[in-house]
Amino acid sequence: MELFSLAIKSIFIDNMVFAYFLGMCSFLAVSKKVSTALGLGAAVIFVLTVTVPTNWLLNEYILKEGGLTWLGESFATIDLSFLRFIMFIAIIAAMVQLVEMVVEKFAPALYGALGIFLPLIAVNCAILGGSLFMATRDYTLAEASVYGFGSGVGFFLAIVALAAIREKLKYSNVPNGLKGLGITMLITGLMGIAFMSFMGIDL
Amino acid sequence: MSTETAQTTEVKQPAEALLSKRRKKFITDPLVDNNPITIQVLGICSALAVTTQMQPTLVMAISVIFVMVMANLTISLLRNTIPSRVRIIVQLAVVATLVTLVNEILKAFAFDMYKELSVFIGLIITNCIVMGRLEAFALGNKPYDSILDGFGSALGYSWIILAVAFFRELLGSGSVFGVPVYETVSGIFGEEFSLATNGLMVSPVGAFIILGLIIWVQRTKTGYVEH
Repeated sequence: MELFSLAIKSIFIDNMVFAYFLGMCSFLAVSKKVSTALGLGAAVIFVLTVTVPTNWLLNEYILKEGGLTWLGESFATIDLSFLRFIMFIAIIAAMVQLVEMVVEKFAPALYGALGIFLPLIAVNCAILGGSLFMATRDYTLAEASVYGFGSGVGFFLAIVALAAIREKLKYSNVPNGLKGLGITMLITGLMGIAFMSFMGIDL
Repeated sequence: MSTETAQTTEVKQPAEALLSKRRKKFITDPLVDNNPITIQVLGICSALAVTTQMQPTLVMAISVIFVMVMANLTISLLRNTIPSRVRIIVQLAVVATLVTLVNEILKAFAFDMYKELSVFIGLIITNCIVMGRLEAFALGNKPYDSILDGFGSALGYSWIILAVAFFRELLGSGSVFGVPVYETVSGIFGEEFSLATNGLMVSPVGAFIILGLIIWVQRTKTGYVEH
């Protein structure tokens, strides 16, 4: 039950985009068409679900203070948490590469759809942000997996919704200076207000 | 930084002045005409979250300037030795090392600020401006030019996030750099001038709207239209 409320929380209340501004670059750049937004959203869900638990294992058994205790008593005082950034980003880049190769081999159709987005994802703030939040919040492995999946779904919903709005927006007459990025920021703000209504929910 | 720039220019001096017109453009161009945030749409990711107050924003801006200048310099020095197949991972490793350095320095000397910025210092690694400039400029240009380019882009980024932070702090908390402005105003002119703070500006929504408006003003002035 707690896992379920964590999932709801990470999808709606602590939404990656509207509450923490993560993944804004690709959120703004790839939201012009619903079909591409679907592809990127799916890829983000996938990569977050894989990388957050992987980084949890890395953090718990290697980087954390006392994480190396399984090697022997003399390792119990070692604290490698300053290596967090570099290890997390290395894991993310490696996982993205691995995922790309596996998908290319076994699901060429899916690769065709996700293809160009996968390399982009390695430098998506939402992915690294997910792992860093996981590390600062002391989740368990199950919670970390649910959190990774939930925040991916949150990003997916946000980017697909924005893409749908921007497709409709093509037919409206926007002032010159606001065209493109400007109006998109204002729309994102309004969507953020809508998402704020979830804040009162206490799970 | 100054020693390195001096060294590189000593060699190049007969060819080009230290701050020639072309080089000045590296710094001035990203400030307005080719601003990384408002024109190129880069680096919005980690920028907006810290802009509720001016002070953390300033720390963030300084960190980004440091990381960008150093990363551009390092990659530019290594540009002939990096195989292009693994360049992304090399860039990530360089940037992550620099960010770790910033993070440890903040942890040691400004712990409150470190707590407040939490994961957002780490997210400089995935700041698209840093990667974008490394990819587009430092990989193909000499070290000194790369330093200037990194500095210019980081400045363009900094003034935008400082502007966003100024409006958000003023309207949301009624202060600038932690100095209460609204209270002083009502203190001088009497109770009827007491101003109400706007809670929306403190929430993430305020950042989106303020940035949207800044982009509107800036693009109207420069006449840039996105198609």
